[in-house]
Amino acid sequence: MNKITPQTSPEAPMIGASVARPNGRRLLEGRGRYVDDIALARMAHVAFLRSPHAHARILAIHASAARTMPGVIDIVTGRDLADAVQPFAGLLVHFKGMKSAMQHCIAIDRVAWQGEPVVAIIAETRRQAEDAAARIDVEYDPLPAVSSLDVAERGEIRAQPELDDNICFTREVEGGDWDKAAAEADVFLERHFRFPRHTGVCPEGRSIIGDWNPSDRRLTVYISHQAPHMIQDCYARLLGIAESDVRVVCPDVGGSYGIKTHVYGDELATCALSMRIGRPVKFVADRLESFLSDIHNRDHAVTARLALKRDGTILSLGHEGTQAIGPYSVYPRTSVVEGNQIANICGQWYRLQAYRAKVRALFTNLVPYSNYRAVGHPVAVGVTEALVDAAAREIGMDPAEIRRKNLLRDEDFPLQTPSGMKFEGMSHHACLDKVLSMMDYEKLRADQVEARKRGIYRGIGLASMIEITNPSAMFYGVGGARISAQDGCTVRLEPQGGIMVLHGCGEQGQGTETIFAQIVADAVGVPMGAVRLVTGDTDATPYGGGTWASRGAGVGGEAAWQAGRALRKSILDLAATIHQRDAASLDIRRGLVVDAESGQEITSLSEVGRIAYFRPDTLGGMRPELSVTRHYLPTQYAFAFTNGILACHLEADPETGFIKLLKFWAVEDCGKVLNPLLVEEQLRGAIVQGIGPTLF
Amino acid sequence: MEDEEMEIAFRLNGQAVRRRVPARLHAVDMLREIFGLSGPRVACEHGVCGACTLRVDNEIVRGCLLLAPQLEDADVWTIEGLTATGEIADLQAEFHARNAMQCGWCTAGMLITAAEILDVPAPMDRQAIREQLSGNYCRCTGYQAIVDAVEATQAKRLMARPSS
Repeated sequence: MNKITPQTSPEAPMIGASVARPNGRRLLEGRGRYVDDIALARMAHVAFLRSPHAHARILAIHASAARTMPGVIDIVTGRDLADAVQPFAGLLVHFKGMKSAMQHCIAIDRVAWQGEPVVAIIAETRRQAEDAAARIDVEYDPLPAVSSLDVAERGEIRAQPELDDNICFTREVEGGDWDKAAAEADVFLERHFRFPRHTGVCPEGRSIIGDWNPSDRRLTVYISHQAPHMIQDCYARLLGIAESDVRVVCPDVGGSYGIKTHVYGDELATCALSMRIGRPVKFVADRLESFLSDIHNRDHAVTARLALKRDGTILSLGHEGTQAIGPYSVYPRTSVVEGNQIANICGQWYRLQAYRAKVRALFTNLVPYSNYRAVGHPVAVGVTEALVDAAAREIGMDPAEIRRKNLLRDEDFPLQTPSGMKFEGMSHHACLDKVLSMMDYEKLRADQVEARKRGIYRGIGLASMIEITNPSAMFYGVGGARISAQDGCTVRLEPQGGIMVLHGCGEQGQGTETIFAQIVADAVGVPMGAVRLVTGDTDATPYGGGTWASRGAGVGGEAAWQAGRALRKSILDLAATIHQRDAASLDIRRGLVVDAESGQEITSLSEVGRIAYFRPDTLGGMRPELSVTRHYLPTQYAFAFTNGILACHLEADPETGFIKLLKFWAVEDCGKVLNPLLVEEQLRGAIVQGIGPTLF
Repeated sequence: MEDEEMEIAFRLNGQAVRRRVPARLHAVDMLREIFGLSGPRVACEHGVCGACTLRVDNEIVRGCLLLAPQLEDADVWTIEGLTATGEIADLQAEFHARNAMQCGWCTAGMLITAAEILDVPAPMDRQAIREQLSGNYCRCTGYQAIVDAVEATQAKRLMARPSS
């Protein structure tokens, strides 16, 4: 059982304490409010009839029988929405030469994957919509389909007939002196890797209510999503209305893992349908259509090479990888970030003298493909660490030793890697030492030898890694995508002394709201219980990017800290005026304004609030600003790279191939830990989500 | 084809209720749509994930595999009712303290299944707890803290039992 050390003293700082999530209670008591729990007056439901073919021409849609079914309000095809909704594709200008066909929210004339929406059926209930869908007859002329990476590579069949080939994007990276490294090397290794498709499988399927109010000419979107402002921008532009005519609300989200950072045709269509019928329309993806329409990721074939000296010094790493994306580059983050990140990070945590990468993304008629948790990292780390292990075996060196010899050292930082990434600082050797001692590595190795004599096969695996976090505007903004890298936080003093926090980063269960409350509590000087959070509403919060790429704590947390400190200063200035003191001699502790030196109470925040809001006439012209907003954007580095190491111990049955995981260890350099309880749970959850596709 | 309706009567979280419902409605959909409950959740709709877990006549059942009329005369409990009676307050507090929930989607079903584990006379070891919970999927936590919370609650209840 894991030891937990709950925060007990109200005197201790909140930052760094294992505080249980205040918003966790409602989830434990059946009071979570997810999109499917929202029922609006006159709300209709939409079901989508989806393509049974991977690639086909739509010859005719016969829907007259369905139109007369009970409860049916409207039956809508892609062509019916052609004027109302702009087509879309994820294209970033800094990804030179990338291309994509344009995607329609509902297919027009041709379907390009099995599961693409073909007809929308709006009815009074979802059951009635599905009944009617069963009565619609669509005539298809099946076309040859690009059904795999191999078929895409051969190029005889094109996933999109309007494109010249199946290539979406190619990028080559080269750094260091490849020939010199080759000349110095004694050992050359080459390995082939195949990574299958993965997806997030959120417990809550994608869910949305589009609520167009024709009187106000305003669209309110309730959506299970990680990036409300991105949805506001994308939907406004694709539906041809002003940004301020769209309000996006993200209530509780039942799992997202990157799956809910994208624009999906069926969700966009749901809003267009609400605008068409002038009533709210709900769409909730059921499990089968989630499998057919949630984005997939991975699906790489990689050939990689490592060159090293006989003494274990790694000299160069090169790889060529191809990824099988879907029929379109997914909007707006594209389908190529995974490969791009592999090119950026593969092997870069070792002291490489030379590096070469070539990544290609090929269109297929498989399910659309884009960013899912840990974008690119599992492939980059898997390839690198398997090569390093192969090298250790080849030269007869211990896997921990070869890492110790080659991992970037503390004195190497800051540095620019051969792939061009800038690293500020890392702690690979401290992490390695720590994990080896946690797992008692020597003892496990001895046990491994001894067990093998008894015919028991135990394996010990190490994987050093780096992680892209807190991206700057160099990630999307530079490529023209309107996905904000900055985030904003408003903190305000309420008249009775409470603190209201409005933040652009939302909560999907990670504990985002909890860490913001901890940060603001310390920044202002109040107990955490005095802090209330509002997130996930574009009408309420400052503009921000939302929650993805491990940016909530690093970017969002810094905005919360700066806003909290600014409010603290405002309160102290005001208290100083009221009590005719020097603000520098005052402090705020546990919600009280005190003498900084003696700690003696001078006034309370509720008294400051009373005067500020109800008797500002007594302040002699001072106009206190007790609602402050701060925005934060990382600028020094394109990404804040973190690092860590993972280790596992398992047993394999040589006859059946069954693998039993015995134990798993992780050491990650998280920087300042805001809440150990939440960090540990995030790590455990992430590790298990990684074990899933690795072993099963 | 209009929905055929049936009148059913049962006890829901301790209260006698009676409604006309479509005969083909799933029990979980009835509880959500007709009774406005948000504890039982729909995720897989084929009895695999456990998000719709209910306690019916003291057994845990899948709300997505039962039709609403099958609840006729039954004694049905959801997380809302189990919260109101305080029966699992210790278990909920342990889940909370250990952050044994992230997105919360699986949590109600997980708690109802865990409550059944705590109800058996002999304490279960971790492996047995894991097996009992294996019909409730969680994608966020990796299960460790959930198993910890059940084990810790079990230990505390045993401590509190009067020694015989």
